[in-house]
Amino acid sequence: MEYLEFELPIKELEEQLQKCQLIGEESEVDVTETCKQIEKKLDEAKKDIYKNLTAWQRVQLSRHPNRPYTLDYIKAICGDTFLELHGDRNVKDDKAMVGGLGKIGDQSFMFIGQQKGYNTKTRQYRNFGMANPEGYRKALRLMKSAEKFGVPVVTLIDTPGAYPGLEAEERGQGEAIARNILEMTRLKVPIICVVIGEGASGGALGIGVGDKILMLENTWYSVISPENCSSILWRSWEFKEQAAEALKLTAKDGKRLKVIDEIIKEPLGGAHKDREATFVAVSNAIVKSYDQFKNLSPKELVKQRMEKYSQMGVYKD
Amino acid sequence: MSNMAWFKRKDKGIQTPTEAKKDTPKGLWYKSPTGKVVDTEELEKNFYVSPEDGYHVRIGSKEYFEILFDDNKFKELDAKLESKDPLKFTDNKKYTDRLKAAKEKTKLKDAVRTAVGKSKGKDLVVACMDFSFIGGSMGSVVGEKIARAADYALKKKIPFMIISKSGGARMMEAALSLMQLAKTSAKLAQLADAKIPYISLCTDPTTGGTTASFAMLGDINISEPGALIGFAGPRVVRDTTGKELPEGFQTAEFLQEHGFLDFISHRKHLKDKINLYIDLITNQPLRA
Repeated sequence: MEYLEFELPIKELEEQLQKCQLIGEESEVDVTETCKQIEKKLDEAKKDIYKNLTAWQRVQLSRHPNRPYTLDYIKAICGDTFLELHGDRNVKDDKAMVGGLGKIGDQSFMFIGQQKGYNTKTRQYRNFGMANPEGYRKALRLMKSAEKFGVPVVTLIDTPGAYPGLEAEERGQGEAIARNILEMTRLKVPIICVVIGEGASGGALGIGVGDKILMLENTWYSVISPENCSSILWRSWEFKEQAAEALKLTAKDGKRLKVIDEIIKEPLGGAHKDREATFVAVSNAIVKSYDQFKNLSPKELVKQRMEKYSQMGVYKD
Repeated sequence: MSNMAWFKRKDKGIQTPTEAKKDTPKGLWYKSPTGKVVDTEELEKNFYVSPEDGYHVRIGSKEYFEILFDDNKFKELDAKLESKDPLKFTDNKKYTDRLKAAKEKTKLKDAVRTAVGKSKGKDLVVACMDFSFIGGSMGSVVGEKIARAADYALKKKIPFMIISKSGGARMMEAALSLMQLAKTSAKLAQLADAKIPYISLCTDPTTGGTTASFAMLGDINISEPGALIGFAGPRVVRDTTGKELPEGFQTAEFLQEHGFLDFISHRKHLKDKINLYIDLITNQPLRA
């Protein structure tokens, strides 16, 4: 397991505990009491650190290398029922955007999400979770197919942004995202969006318009990453912590600003500390959200969604 | 005599005798393109896939029906439809003679067979092309049989599948062949409006008119490993552009990479995978 900088006190205590247990196993010394004390300290340290996370620390957790990614969720939630579907029917199968059909219980869902890699090779293969226009068009194709057959859509959002490449511009990155946003506002099946990691700007919103927007506790969602915001507004990369605070990009902030609907709690220390528990929490949240919308007529559903997005923003009249 | 004369074709037209153009191997042994030799009985048991190198041997409607329909039970639709020769077409052979020869050789009436039957316990309508019949070319009969099969699926609300295996439109019916692209596509539009799932399986080879119509119009387009899929054939592309073609050009894998196939399935998983898709997209319980 990898530790982030602010987790180092926890790492130290965990190492102490291991040493202590080892001494107990290898010698006659009774270490029960000492171990207990360290465990207690460890518990306190964890609570102390994880209950008071700063915005920047949550950003770091959202990018933790051990954090589960889209396909981890889908495969855990759907098991053998998942059937991955490929391609935008146009130029490419974008590996940074994945999708396919799967079941939760008796209900079919169309899953769509950005996919990151877990080592150097797969990170490159997945383009670091940064989709090209064909990724967004693949997502739209799958959504339209789901709509045709009345299958609800679940999107899992985890991207540092849409890919800012030369060819991406040539093929219309902006148009692709815009088209998705428009079509998602009027898609005739329920859409449930879950931010599972990074929710960076248009790249996230390109699969992020829906009836219910959920955010895992240690994720972020905003118009720009703290680093880029720092470089633009402070003219230096050094102010990312301040930028993270200022952007109000955490799940709690999102809920307060009514940009999102609900927060899914993570295990103490983050989604990666207990992946199974995280998968169950996300699966339950999807089912609960779907139950809320499944009996609405397509017309009513779209009307509600349109109204929801009409309410976005804060202003003085 | 110039050196170029060595490359000149002495005999005009296609000289390969029909017996040499077989799809399914006859005899005791089959040799795959990579040189692996397989016992034909073993090949049959392995879904006509060479076990050592995974080579998917070209098969026809008989074999696909056997693979897809439970206990090989099915009802063939419009089995009697036959081609006419509306243009009195002749190349180095009369079209009518060509048809006659193809029928004798293949024991088929034309290049597609359509059928309805149970696949994993539920009804499925399948139109499967036969490459052995004039290169799986699409003329009026192919178009009409596919349209009627789609109508059957539409009327009975049964998922529809086309297995393409074709060199393209049938030249001997000229513009009438071309119009089969529009005719079949129109029928698929009706199927789409009725929200009946349509699966397109592109097998080796799927080229020309089929690619420019029903083969690329599936709710899912799928294929088999290594299948050739393209609009213009590789030789035409090379000759026209004067460029060397990239490795794997127009293979199923190439097509998937370029966004046109939902997935590629080994033939032994075909029945499971298409039925899994049907259950998922129609929100039905999954069949075991």
